[in-house]
Amino acid sequence: MTDEHTLAGAGAGEARTPARYAYYPGCSLHGTSREFDESLRAVAAALGVSLTEIPDWSCCGASSGHTTDHMLGVALPARNLAIAEEQGFDQVLAPCAACYNRLSAARLAVDTEAGFAERVPEIIGRPFANSVEVHNAVELLRDAAPAIEEKVAAALVPNPLDGVKLAAYYGCLLVRPFEVCGYDDPERPTSMDEVIAACGAEPVDWNMKVECCGGSFSVSRTASVVRLGRSIIEDARANGAEAIVVACPLCHSNLDLRQKAMVQRGSRPMPVLFVTQLVGLALGLTPVELGMPRHFVNTEPFLADLVQRAAERVAAEQKVKEEAAAKAAARREKAGV
Amino acid sequence: MSRIGVFVCHCGENIARTVDVAAVAEAIKDHPGVAFATDYKYMCSDPGQTMVKEAIEEHKLTGVVIAACSPHMHERTFRRACDQAGLNKYMCEMANIREHCSWIHEDRADATAKAIDIARTIVEKVKHNKPLESIRIPVTKRALVIGGGIAGIQAALDIADGGHQVVLIEKEASIGGHMSQLSETFPTLDCSQCILTPRMVEAYQHPNITLHTWSEVEKVDGYIGNFEVTIRKKARSVNEDLCNGCGDCQAACPAKRIPSEFEAGLGMRTAIYVPFPQAVPNIPVLDRQNCTLYKGRRKGLAKDACGKCKEACLKGAIDYDTEDTFIKEDIGAIVVATGFQLYSIGREQPEGLKGYGEYGYGEVPDVIDGLQFERLASASGPTAGAILRPSDGKEPTTVVFVHCVGSRDPEKGMKYCSKICCMYNAKHAMLYKHKVHEGRAVAFYMDIRAAGKGYDEFSRRAIEEDQAEYIRGRVSRIYRDGGKVKVWGYDTLSQEQVVIDADMVVLATAIRPQPGVEQLAQTLSISYDENGFINEAHPKLRPVETNTAGVFVAGACQAPRDIPDSVAMASAAGAKVMSLFSADELEREPAVAVVNENTCIGCMNCANVCAYGAIEQREICTVDGQVCGHVAYVNPGVCQGCGTCQAVCLSKSVELQTFTDEQVYSEINALCFWE
Amino acid sequence: MSDPTQARSAQHAGAAAGEFEPRITAFVCNWCTYTGADLAGTSRLNMASNVRIIRLPCTGRIDPLFIIKSFERGADGVIVSGCHPADCHYTSGNYHARRRFAVFHDLMEFIGVDPRRMTFSWVSASEGAKWRDVVDEAVTNVRELGPFDAYRALAPEDESDAAEASAAAVAAAKSVAATGSVAAAKSVTAEAEAS
Repeated sequence: MTDEHTLAGAGAGEARTPARYAYYPGCSLHGTSREFDESLRAVAAALGVSLTEIPDWSCCGASSGHTTDHMLGVALPARNLAIAEEQGFDQVLAPCAACYNRLSAARLAVDTEAGFAERVPEIIGRPFANSVEVHNAVELLRDAAPAIEEKVAAALVPNPLDGVKLAAYYGCLLVRPFEVCGYDDPERPTSMDEVIAACGAEPVDWNMKVECCGGSFSVSRTASVVRLGRSIIEDARANGAEAIVVACPLCHSNLDLRQKAMVQRGSRPMPVLFVTQLVGLALGLTPVELGMPRHFVNTEPFLADLVQRAAERVAAEQKVKEEAAAKAAARREKAGV
Repeated sequence: MSRIGVFVCHCGENIARTVDVAAVAEAIKDHPGVAFATDYKYMCSDPGQTMVKEAIEEHKLTGVVIAACSPHMHERTFRRACDQAGLNKYMCEMANIREHCSWIHEDRADATAKAIDIARTIVEKVKHNKPLESIRIPVTKRALVIGGGIAGIQAALDIADGGHQVVLIEKEASIGGHMSQLSETFPTLDCSQCILTPRMVEAYQHPNITLHTWSEVEKVDGYIGNFEVTIRKKARSVNEDLCNGCGDCQAACPAKRIPSEFEAGLGMRTAIYVPFPQAVPNIPVLDRQNCTLYKGRRKGLAKDACGKCKEACLKGAIDYDTEDTFIKEDIGAIVVATGFQLYSIGREQPEGLKGYGEYGYGEVPDVIDGLQFERLASASGPTAGAILRPSDGKEPTTVVFVHCVGSRDPEKGMKYCSKICCMYNAKHAMLYKHKVHEGRAVAFYMDIRAAGKGYDEFSRRAIEEDQAEYIRGRVSRIYRDGGKVKVWGYDTLSQEQVVIDADMVVLATAIRPQPGVEQLAQTLSISYDENGFINEAHPKLRPVETNTAGVFVAGACQAPRDIPDSVAMASAAGAKVMSLFSADELEREPAVAVVNENTCIGCMNCANVCAYGAIEQREICTVDGQVCGHVAYVNPGVCQGCGTCQAVCLSKSVELQTFTDEQVYSEINALCFWE
Repeated sequence: MSDPTQARSAQHAGAAAGEFEPRITAFVCNWCTYTGADLAGTSRLNMASNVRIIRLPCTGRIDPLFIIKSFERGADGVIVSGCHPADCHYTSGNYHARRRFAVFHDLMEFIGVDPRRMTFSWVSASEGAKWRDVVDEAVTNVRELGPFDAYRALAPEDESDAAEASAAAVAAAKSVAATGSVAAAKSVTAEAEAS
């Protein structure tokens, strides 16, 4: 099943060759976090990045595969990489943090563990040269930060995110272990913060950036997930954040779907946005395009508030301009021009 | 005709367990040139050496081969024995069948065959050995001590008291080192400065000690007994002869908010400063990086932007136009005592080390290290001895002490234990409790290492008398939570997670060598390990010598060490220097290169590759005194015996004694493998 | 990877069974590699027994002819090892060695000697484990390449007495070690002399 997005309106004067990725959605992006997929495609199109879904892609083993057997945990993701290779790609985009982590871990294992480079192709029944690079959505957006900034500055509609305080929540799998991920600091990462800044918002300095959300214990040990999620949300709040930005389907579902149990009755809800939705908003895409109605914590009041504040900001700036112009005119009159 | 005696050592079980020593002796007995072969349990023992001496006499031996341990171990021992028996000591060599054979192989047949090969090889070499005489060189009886901390001061005093000249150089503006920053020392809780400053003054006033502060080693040429050291005296901007230490310049300086290195960043200093009031010498230094006048000059201002210190100085001691100067000294022995620095948990790290993101990368104000705590506790510190939080100046009611931050941690790049932290953590807990009686002191530890005299008793006091809570476990995270510092730890003994809302956290960060120590080591041709600590010549038996003759080492620059051990080591290094200076002449090994002037073609390739400049051109004259050519000449006093000249000699005219071509080829040929 | 000691014993077992065991000569510097090899001994690090060390003050002393002579006399491989760059006890001897070896390496390749028979390494005085790795790797590589016989064809038929005596001594030693009997060795020597 191929799903091709061509370079749509890459922007006037966009001389750069757009990036081309083989796209690995994994089970979540077409399922429970469909909005991550929708917003990612919309933003990719806006940035001129082409995503081609890997044909016949299969499970990456992120839940039980890798805890059952090490070789199985490597062969499962490697199969998808081998297909991407075959299709002539040298980069794979895996937005789900767990898929990203398993695909990258498979690359490392095939590269460093004795005998894996020979055995894995045998198991998956395909040649595998371990030549494709694996990236996640945060990396893609961080590398595109200059382009995002440009577009935000050039947009006609005032940026609703201007100066808004947001907490970048990385969770566990985007940056750890360092040998597998390697693109950001595993204890105090900054890649998503850079994306937030490129969108014109203000990433807050807070303490729970890489603390666990409870992951797949959402069903089996819900109380733990509630406790962990609470400390994440409350720390974000205590450090001034108005919303939390994530790049992992499970983090999103834990903090969004389960939020009602986490926060005190009557306290302000904390919207949880995917980083791709955030960039989409900054680029002027609509909340519907970005799948925001799918969230459990209603984002409409938050977005409406942002739009209003943006309008107020614009009005205030306009007023200042008018006053300055009036003063200048008064000065000219006095000078007797 | 060679008459070589071969003595095969059992070394107890060390060699005999794996190598059939009797078989080795038996196999070598009939080798051409061997007059006598035997085996014995401990050749290096008294009876063993007597056996060698008797054999030399009885069998009229012309050479001796001891097949035993490494020559690095006992070559000197056996050469001395041969000398006593009347055989030139350079006719004695060792065949290494222990470190290079019995200790690294298990198969008896293989090891025995290899031992025979090794013995045979050395026998063939000795056939070409020549009786050589030691070279005698004069010794300059002046020592250089690099580093003015407690170890450097102690070494300088010992050598000076022994009647010899000492040049003591220190890169900071004052001597004293880290010991001057401490408030009290374990295990006596003596006031650190009280016991140190008398020593500092003594060193400054000692007639035999020349002190150069704000100075560093620039270059070292020469060799043991005959070093030529170039010292860079950095520009102080203050004339040391005119200044009387009144302090008016510091009072006048407008730049008052420069973080003070002595206060470990917790206090401020001026641009012209002495590091602390008891500084020795009490002569300020002008920090050109932060001085308003120099900043202006660097920007290219036409007029100097400030000059207040010069105006204030009634002695006219300030001169803004001084430059670094260089002093050359003739030195006979060098003691390296450069001390340590603390590991920083920040993001920026030298290669191979990682910072502590888990603990906030040093960005949380109330998370401090041991030296900073010392400054807080110190009566002359930025808080006059009150324990106060850097963030808001309030007294902390709960202080957490974390052991092993960086130490014993391969992930961070430092596998070693820093030795002194268990002790100073106990001390810090006690100091805190003595000042804040109702405060809570919690220490997270892995093990308690309190092995010195009175040390364990001292560390127990912290728990039993001062109620410090010791939790065995690591801390996984430290972060700022409002006005508190959140500490997440684990108690392995009760197997429970521990969360503490601390007011302040003190990290026992790892001990590391000073920055720039690798360049210094290369300047001195001494070696250092993967952590940057200076290598001693032998870890057990030669702890204060390095592998470069004449260069000794003392204190924490060789390994993490506390004050009593640093002082002991400094005195030991001092004793070595005194022993070196006890004779007027030094005997040098005759392992030097010698040129055969008859065959030398004067191409001077040798001179080009000699790293010591030991080779000169010597003119050849005819009978009536006309110069008809030149040849090379090696100065036996300067040559270090590397042999690089021999490898580049086109005419095979230069020979390195003790490793001549004949000797090397005889070894190669002895390993004759064709069957 | 199973117990390394077992792997090494397997090497010896292979030798006993008549498999080729390479002979390797190592030219090492006194201050770093020789001391590092001592440390490997002090640390009781087990390694292949095929290497014979010739001690020199510095790798700068090494004449390329030493290496050629070793091959000529029957070595299957050669190791040259000294101090790390910047750490040479004599300041720059190891740099000369490195340059010399680079040219020599090309020369050997040119005349048809497989350059994999030669190993060049930096082993410092504190790197006992590294010395063990250098030795084991060199032995494995040279074993794969097989015996170096090129010079054997050139060796004159009437070898010198010393060479014969040495060869006899080696045979005798192997016999002693294998049978544990000195008397047996004596008879082996007598046989060799008689022939």
